[in-house]
Amino acid sequence: MHPIQLIHDLFFTILSTVWDVLPIAAIIFGFQLFVLRKPIPNLKKIITGFIFVLLGLAFFLEGLEAALFPLGKLMAEQLTDPSFILQGADDGELNWWNYKWVYLFAFAIGFSTTIAEPSLLAVAIKANQVSAGSIGIWGLRIAVALGVAIGIALGVFRIVTGTPLYWYIVTGYIFVVIQTWHAPKLIIALAYDSGGVTTSTVTVPLVAALGLGLATTVPGRSPLLDGFGLIAFASLFPIMSVMAYAQISEWQARRRNKTTT
Amino acid sequence: MKTFRAILNSLFDSLRDLLPIILVIGFFQVLVLQQPIPNFGDIAIGILFVVIGLTLFVQGLNMGLFPIGESMAYAFASKGSLAWLLLFAFALGFGTTVAEPALIAVADEAAKVAATGEVIEDSQEARESYAFGLRLTVAISVGFAIVLGVFRIIKGWPIQYLIIGGYIGVVIMTVFAPEEIIGIAYDSGGVTTSTITVPLVTALGVGLASSIKGRNPMTDGFGLIAFASLTPMIFVMGYGMVI
Repeated sequence: MHPIQLIHDLFFTILSTVWDVLPIAAIIFGFQLFVLRKPIPNLKKIITGFIFVLLGLAFFLEGLEAALFPLGKLMAEQLTDPSFILQGADDGELNWWNYKWVYLFAFAIGFSTTIAEPSLLAVAIKANQVSAGSIGIWGLRIAVALGVAIGIALGVFRIVTGTPLYWYIVTGYIFVVIQTWHAPKLIIALAYDSGGVTTSTVTVPLVAALGLGLATTVPGRSPLLDGFGLIAFASLFPIMSVMAYAQISEWQARRRNKTTT
Repeated sequence: MKTFRAILNSLFDSLRDLLPIILVIGFFQVLVLQQPIPNFGDIAIGILFVVIGLTLFVQGLNMGLFPIGESMAYAFASKGSLAWLLLFAFALGFGTTVAEPALIAVADEAAKVAATGEVIEDSQEARESYAFGLRLTVAISVGFAIVLGVFRIIKGWPIQYLIIGGYIGVVIMTVFAPEEIIGIAYDSGGVTTSTITVPLVTALGVGLASSIKGRNPMTDGFGLIAFASLTPMIFVMGYGMVI
């Protein structure tokens, strides 16, 4: 890409980020000025922080647009292309196992994009502070990323097999409810939250391309009806994996206590 | 020298966060699809941008978004006006969602689905009004979610009963909602919470829980995002039934 083109694009990304943040800034400063009527402590630092967040998001999005999204989307298209899928089919007939590389790609892209997701990082930092270090930043991020990875791989399997979305979601809900009774109380709210933080800037565009590519090329699927639903999987499974993470940590701690006493 | 080292360290952290994606894309491109990596220079510049962006974002988070969310939570708690706090909660949820780019994209897709399924007339105008209605529905549902979540923190209700109640709501709505809307409704829960909303809302919740006596920031402070990803599902299915 030409450097001038890059600077031009970056400038427009900054403008559109500013546009997205404007309503939030208006609400915050409006309430601060007219309702709370108190000066904001460290105003200068906070404004600098806002500018950092704006610039950071703009660089982040522009970099993803320039480098990873085009390649990732192209890859999703190529992996779901019938000519690639048919390489593994000996008799020209497709079954669900011919899509094995797609499942692996779904798992890997779900995991890796979640690790890079800025909003998950934010929640992990906060949870680490609030829990006085007992919830590790990396422990939480890896637990959530594994949940997203399993969720998206299963979501892809659903598109390939054409089974109804609500079967999976309702079963998942039942599982979450059962797990809630057994998980440590401290983790529950955080686990429910981690469903919502996983899918934003990095994950959604790549996962959407994957879902759309599959729904277009798998025989008998409609991109309009079956292309949706992957995000739902990516928001449900981290709830289970985060509770499992807490259950495993608790169990390990209990075992360690037993051996020492 | 010290600040230089700190900047270098956080740049390195960001690069490490990005490494899995680079490995995954490299692996599939070279070993599975067996194709060369195109435009190597562009990709290197892009990765550099992402690393710089992530580093700035984390700095800004700790300097701006977290402190303002928390200081507003303390200010509302000491002011003691529940009505203003709930109004703020609604405004924050509604205002950050209505202009969310991911939601706009999903709403446009949903309008196409509705037009193909002959739920609405297949004209530019009908699609636009359908998409706008959907956006408003989701934004109202997120506003409502943050209000409910803040109210829960103040009352100290355990979160699981409300969330499980919400799940039952989703299941009941799934039975009655038209089939075309279900996938969109389920997805709409995930797209509402943006990268700027999440840290702000989290700081608000944790700040409220730590400034109200008898609340634990860990069990009571988190959970606002959970409501914001649950209510849109119910509201969007409701929208699908009404239209």
